[in-house]
Amino acid sequence: MPNTETYNDDVVRLFLLAAAVWGIIGMSIGVYAGAELAWPALNFDVSWLSFSHLRPSHTFGVIFAFGGSALMGTCYYVVQRTGHTRLALGKLATFTFWGWQLACVLAMVTVPLGMTQSKEYAEPEWFVDIIIAVVWVSFGTVFFATLARRRIQHIYVANWYYAAFIIAVGLLHIVNNLALPVSLTKSYPIYSGVVDAMVQWWYGHNAVAFFLTAGFLGMMYYFVPRQAQQPLWSYRFSIVNFWALISVYMWAGAHHLMFTALPDWVQSVGMAFSLVLLMPSWGSAANGLMTFQGSWRKLKTDPAVKFMVIALVFYAASTFEGSMMAIKSVNSLSHYTDWTVAHVHSGSIGWVAMITIGSLYAMAPRALGQPAMYSHRGMEVHFWLHMIGLLLYVISMWLAGVTEGMMWRATGADGSLTYSFLDSLIAIKPLYAVRALGGVLVVSGMVVMAWNLWHTAADARAHLIKPIPVPIPEPVMHQTPAPLPAYP
Amino acid sequence: MASGYKYIEAIEKRAGLLGICIAVMVSIGGLAEITPLFMKAHSQEAPAGVKPYDALRLAGRDIYVREGCYLCHSQMIRAQRFEVQRYGEHSVASESVYDRPHQWGSKRTGPDLARIGGKYSDEWQRMHLLAPRTLVPESNMPNYPWLENAGIDGGDIQARMRVLRRLGDPYTDADIADAATAVQGKTELDAIVAYLQGLGTLNVDTSAPPAAGTPAASGQP
Ligand code: HEM
Ligand code: HEM
Repeated sequence: MPNTETYNDDVVRLFLLAAAVWGIIGMSIGVYAGAELAWPALNFDVSWLSFSHLRPSHTFGVIFAFGGSALMGTCYYVVQRTGHTRLALGKLATFTFWGWQLACVLAMVTVPLGMTQSKEYAEPEWFVDIIIAVVWVSFGTVFFATLARRRIQHIYVANWYYAAFIIAVGLLHIVNNLALPVSLTKSYPIYSGVVDAMVQWWYGHNAVAFFLTAGFLGMMYYFVPRQAQQPLWSYRFSIVNFWALISVYMWAGAHHLMFTALPDWVQSVGMAFSLVLLMPSWGSAANGLMTFQGSWRKLKTDPAVKFMVIALVFYAASTFEGSMMAIKSVNSLSHYTDWTVAHVHSGSIGWVAMITIGSLYAMAPRALGQPAMYSHRGMEVHFWLHMIGLLLYVISMWLAGVTEGMMWRATGADGSLTYSFLDSLIAIKPLYAVRALGGVLVVSGMVVMAWNLWHTAADARAHLIKPIPVPIPEPVMHQTPAPLPAYP
Repeated sequence: MASGYKYIEAIEKRAGLLGICIAVMVSIGGLAEITPLFMKAHSQEAPAGVKPYDALRLAGRDIYVREGCYLCHSQMIRAQRFEVQRYGEHSVASESVYDRPHQWGSKRTGPDLARIGGKYSDEWQRMHLLAPRTLVPESNMPNYPWLENAGIDGGDIQARMRVLRRLGDPYTDADIADAATAVQGKTELDAIVAYLQGLGTLNVDTSAPPAAGTPAASGQP
């Protein structure tokens, strides 16, 4: 009977826990790797601990383990709430949780041991890739099956972004990882040279676009109106932005290969589309920010809102920066330097991590059967640790990047190069120490969040939570599209 | 907008249609940029006189991949004056036809390596890999001491060459048969040094006169 239907929040809670744990692990690895660049003695001559083995473990850990768990958990939460229905295929949903955790553990252990394809963000070898593909298809099946049984006719825009995230990431993952195995631990990609470079950066850039952007925009489009407690600023604007974003992003990958041996026309297409991309990016950021219009006072009282607003500001900032870096003359300076790293982390610690944290603080009490998070003060502390850490990271790496870029191109009056490569490394080394400090602050904030969640989850741990019944809506024929379902 | 909205509304009410529209929109860009490259790639020939990696250098390339060197070193000299001045003639597409996957890199914590071959002696390279700071005190590169004593399995290299041949790299039966003896008694350190010494020397067109700016072989750092 529909009246007794409840939301499936068990799997949401599992992903919530996983996101908190992976966040700490993934970012701690980042801190360690960063510290190794400042103090190379930390490599300790241990192969799996050395920088070049740990770095892919950091990127996989933060993007796929932390980001992925947060995305899948919130996706399951949102699709149920916006469709007024219980998650379809409950067993398969539980499988996606365990399958994803298995893939993450395997990837983060095997890559530092040297089983790597050396394709950035797609390092794990073929056997891990197959597990990822299976879990991903299952995730898509659960999502679309749940959409199919929704009780609200209109599909809310957050789900559009989740859908694009699922479809595009599946496509990217499979195409980029096509390889012929030699043994369990070694394979060769079917592409070589220039074609491999283009496929890899089509993947790499769109991993950013659909994993780190579209997915998190889905999160934003649900939790921002929810936390602002008013409807989205403009629903139609969100539709225009959606179609523009998903179609333009796919063209922009070539901006990772400026001035390389990639054919010139592809580079120019990549640059042009990267500039156009600024519009839908700022469109979404504006839509999110304007949704807070009239409830800005919440900035003072609600730390979740603080995280969300700053996340949107950093989303706008890093997409602007990205579009500028896609201009050939700017890229000539920024490419290969720490400027790219600064851009990456203003996008990831600024946008991705902060929208996630904001959404987790919004979702956790509801999913854990509490009126609010355990500690308000804890959230405040987390916010400031994160903010200061983020600024230290991004500013130090900007300075480092511009310094490198300028020193590499500096020439004397006679036309000869002014600096050796080593000069630039010596110049920026202190900044690597500052970055490591910033990272320590960010991770400390994550620990505070984990502590806070642990206490908020007291009832869940004692199995005291009652499942929330699905509100069965009145059948409305032509509902206007602002279907924010009633609390909770 | 009002009339156009009814089409959007149609999509918005049908999950399947939404999925299909998304799949179509996200496929266009990739298809448009990658398909032409495939056609070009098939016409992309290796430079005159360049053969696929010999057994020892192949082992070395795979160690370069395994150790994650690409995370700090690029192998792509951009077509920019200051790059050419620092590293040598800019890289061209034909140089990486045998690279699966490509090793162009995206971050230079250390210098570019596309033309490192012959710049330093084998002995310098060995010492540098084992303990970079004995030669360059300010370097932040990790030590790779485990390479020194690890051997190379000839059978494994032969299996790798067979897979590469299936993917289209022109190895002959003789190349594969000789591979086991070629790596016999060699260490991983020997292999990676051989690979490095071939970068910019053995993967470029040797029939042309040496490109301007290519560093000449010397024993000095
Ligand atoms: C405590 C916070 C963090 C610290 C200390 C940290 C540190 C680092 C370090 C040291 C690198 C290597 C840079 C290099 O090769 O020179 C790196 C790369 C990277 N990190 Fe982080 N990271 C943090 C958080 C994050 C988060 C939250 C994300 C994503 C959600 C992320 C995504 C990445 C990516 C994508 C790269 C590769 C960048 C590139 O290829 O240019 N990081 N990080
Ligand atoms: C309009 C949006 C954006 C544009 C046009 C853009 C453009 C760029 C450009 C030009 C680069 C440098 C490529 C190079 O020189 O190697 C880059 C690197 C990168 N960006 Fe963005 N960006 C955008 C948004 C974002 C966002 C929101 C994030 C993160 C959440 C992000 C993550 C990254 C990552 C991870 C890399 C490093 C790739 C690597 O070298 O490993 N970008 N982006």
